[in-house]
Amino acid sequence: MNAMPVEVAAGTSIVRIRDLVKDYRRGAETVRVLDGLSLDIQQGDFVALMGPSGSGKSTLLNLIGGLDRPTSGTLEVDGLRVDELSEGSLGRWRADHVGFIFQMYNLLPVLTAERNVELPLLLTNLDREQRMRRVAAALKLVGLEHRARHRPRELSGGQEQRVGIARAIVTDPTLLLCDEPTGDLDRKSGDEILNLLEALNAEYGKTIIMVTHDPHAAERAHRVIHLDKGMLSEGSG
Amino acid sequence: MIGKYLPLLASSLRRKRLRTFFTIASILVAFLLYGLAASLQFALKSGVDVAGADRLLAMHKVSFTQLLPASYESRIKAVDGVVAVSPQTWFGAWFRDERNQFPTFPSDPEAYLRIYPEIKLAEEQKQAWFADRAGALVGRAIADLYGWKVGDQVPLRSAIWRRLDGSDTWDVTVRAIYDLPEGGDTRQIVLHQDYFEEAKQQAKGLIGWYVIKIDDVNRAQAISRQIDLMFANSPAETKTSSERAMAQSFVNQVGNIGAILSAIVAAVFFTMLLVTANTMAQSVRERTNELAVLKTLGFSNGGVLGMVLAESVLVTALGGLLGMFCAWWIGVQFGPTLDQYLPGFRVPPEAFTKSVLYMLALGVVAGAVPAWQAMRLRIVEALRRD
Repeated sequence: MNAMPVEVAAGTSIVRIRDLVKDYRRGAETVRVLDGLSLDIQQGDFVALMGPSGSGKSTLLNLIGGLDRPTSGTLEVDGLRVDELSEGSLGRWRADHVGFIFQMYNLLPVLTAERNVELPLLLTNLDREQRMRRVAAALKLVGLEHRARHRPRELSGGQEQRVGIARAIVTDPTLLLCDEPTGDLDRKSGDEILNLLEALNAEYGKTIIMVTHDPHAAERAHRVIHLDKGMLSEGSG
Repeated sequence: MIGKYLPLLASSLRRKRLRTFFTIASILVAFLLYGLAASLQFALKSGVDVAGADRLLAMHKVSFTQLLPASYESRIKAVDGVVAVSPQTWFGAWFRDERNQFPTFPSDPEAYLRIYPEIKLAEEQKQAWFADRAGALVGRAIADLYGWKVGDQVPLRSAIWRRLDGSDTWDVTVRAIYDLPEGGDTRQIVLHQDYFEEAKQQAKGLIGWYVIKIDDVNRAQAISRQIDLMFANSPAETKTSSERAMAQSFVNQVGNIGAILSAIVAAVFFTMLLVTANTMAQSVRERTNELAVLKTLGFSNGGVLGMVLAESVLVTALGGLLGMFCAWWIGVQFGPTLDQYLPGFRVPPEAFTKSVLYMLALGVVAGAVPAWQAMRLRIVEALRRD
């Protein structure tokens, strides 16, 4: 168990995790994926979570993003006890504060790029014109304003991931959670995505937590945290 | 508010266009059948609605195709409570083509108008009709259909009755054109009984049945019984009942067709329920990952439930509205042709209202289980399934 929290950088903690445990049941067996993990991540940081398969990286990311609930321990994001939120509040909180970027992009194939990016804004009170203005800004930021009317199958993998990033940032969230964002891309496209994430971190102050297997991707982060068998160890990025 | 989700709903329907098309087409057929069944029942029922409770029909006890003696008229008139009596006979008239048939009855003009006070016609036309033994009172619908005007001579043909010279052509003059209050069927011609009796070749002294107006609706049964008793044990016994009861019994016989149709429509609706539910379940299964993504983005459980239900209702509403439109169109296009057999064949307004409720119910019930499954979807597990 990590008795001492791993601090990733100095400054204000945006993510504060204490004694986090996550168990899964597989048939009759209980599997402990995260074992009393404590961690602080500072506002504006860019953190890479590395570790072998099954080490609990994605589980930790899901817990931070409020997609799953811990078995025990506390989890604060921006001062809010995420682990105590109800299902409904958790959904609203995710919509307002977290942007998710997936390895397989997870775009809706029947929607155009701009409609995909618009999705999180449907939950806001913005009118169509305001939504479209934000969508255009997000697509411009990722360099895809000219592909707004294209469907995912008409885009390259790198472009799809950029649409995914635009969707993640369109609500201007505090936290960007990336699960293997370059895992399905070639090196060139992967680098473009990493450049984009770096820019979002450096220029827009987004706090980014990125799960990756790729040391090349992890190099772009300010800090690298290693997870193994549900426990943390810190390393430099 | 809901409008912003429409592109999302519409895009879900575009995912498997062929499947959506066939599902909508199946629902269309179900609602088309419903619309046609409702039109048929409406047409059958409309006769009952206009039939008067203060009018009795006395016909041969064996069958209405058997004739009664014309001499019964004076005896029926003498019954206490009887206000007016008119003989009627099925004339079997057609014009130009044997397919152009319409109800035509030789009758006593003055008694007829006393019995049917709802008939509206100009006073001078009424008098002209009374005065001309070969004159005809023609319903507005027939006059409009054939372009007949007052004063026109019309060669009516009879499928049953021949004149003394052996001809089946009866030249009559249109002396009056009548209307009825809203919704009344004006596809009917009334001739003079005297002229008919004098000119017909066969069945002299016999008529089809008697229409009787009584002064008190509450005495309809007693008067009917009295008339029937009067002719009991005679060669031509009568069976008297109110016009409405007669119309209802006719509808009940023919209406079995409507009941059978209703049963078929119910079975079709049930099948549609299964088809739509299966389509929705399949659609939700295929989109497990996408639904999980929507939930990740912050869509609530209720929101996802509502979205799947809305999608299901959208499918049933599209199919249903198209089906009802087709039924309405068939009524408009073919109603006039069917009028001689089924007057008023069209989708009644209440059927439209009911159909909207059925569409909603079908959509909600068919989408309920898939929507529930979508709502209960656990994000992490669903994303992992991809």
